[in-house]
Amino acid sequence: MVGHFQPLLSPDLESGSGAQGSPWPRERPDHGEQDLLEALRGGDESAFSRLVDLHHASMVRVARLYVGTVAAAEEVAQEAWLGVLQGLARFEGRCTLKAWIFAIVANCAKSRGARDKRTIPLSALGPDDEGGASVDPDRFLEDGHPRWPGHWSQPPEAWDEDELVSRETLEAIASALEKLPPMQRAVMTMRDVEGLGSDETCQVLGISEANQRVLLHRARSKVRKALESYLHEGEVSP
Amino acid sequence: MSAAIASELTCKELVELVTDYFEDRLATDENRRFELHVCSCTGCRVNLAQMRALVRAAGRLVENDVPVAVRDGLLRTFRAWKRT
Repeated sequence: MVGHFQPLLSPDLESGSGAQGSPWPRERPDHGEQDLLEALRGGDESAFSRLVDLHHASMVRVARLYVGTVAAAEEVAQEAWLGVLQGLARFEGRCTLKAWIFAIVANCAKSRGARDKRTIPLSALGPDDEGGASVDPDRFLEDGHPRWPGHWSQPPEAWDEDELVSRETLEAIASALEKLPPMQRAVMTMRDVEGLGSDETCQVLGISEANQRVLLHRARSKVRKALESYLHEGEVSP
Repeated sequence: MSAAIASELTCKELVELVTDYFEDRLATDENRRFELHVCSCTGCRVNLAQMRALVRAAGRLVENDVPVAVRDGLLRTFRAWKRT
């Protein structure tokens, strides 16, 4: 089974700058990454264990974007680890280690999809949805309004900061994320949950930057809407 | 003055540009209109703050617990790899 791993990494993955991103600082867990890689190449088991702590759960989440069950995602992640170890000597650090690992996970998930007809690779899915507004058009005054066309008629109300960090709120976000169309979910997971840059996300998912941005905006808008219903009405949107 | 700004970029248009704004993908002029609008519009300011808060919260969804059995299996893979 593990012999099926093919190093299909897109050759340009490591050539990206990887530095682009959102206007607020994000944690980039590359602190000590070089030391970790050196130890790993030297066969240091504790370094490997540390790497597993850093990335395994993320790898399962990424695999889950491609395969139908958590169990299948776990298997894909385990297969990907072998790919990581086998590719270690070739990794040159031109992209983040995380993005490089994710690309291996994506490749493993896709080849599993080819073997297992029940799983559908992301790339085989059609367009995500019909477009649609980020915010319900009913919440704005009509375009022909004499004084304030297109202005809020029902503006959003500020969220309570304490409530935002509660476990229940995070669960509501996770649940809204689960309900997104596959590509929107994939982009938001990579960007906002896992903290990849936009160029790395594009390369792992094989999409254009413009497309990535549209998908990200749709995803965030839908999750914002779901969170708004949750926080103001105490209900999880359908 | 504020009516002129409102006619430049409506709230309905602005909500579609939030991610482009975060990603620094708006043209200079559009970026200026975006920020000017947000300065004078409470609703859009709240919407922007919510989108920002959402992204921050999503970054906290990461759980990194690895089950013992999984770790043991991976360590076996590692030892086998070392021998090759």
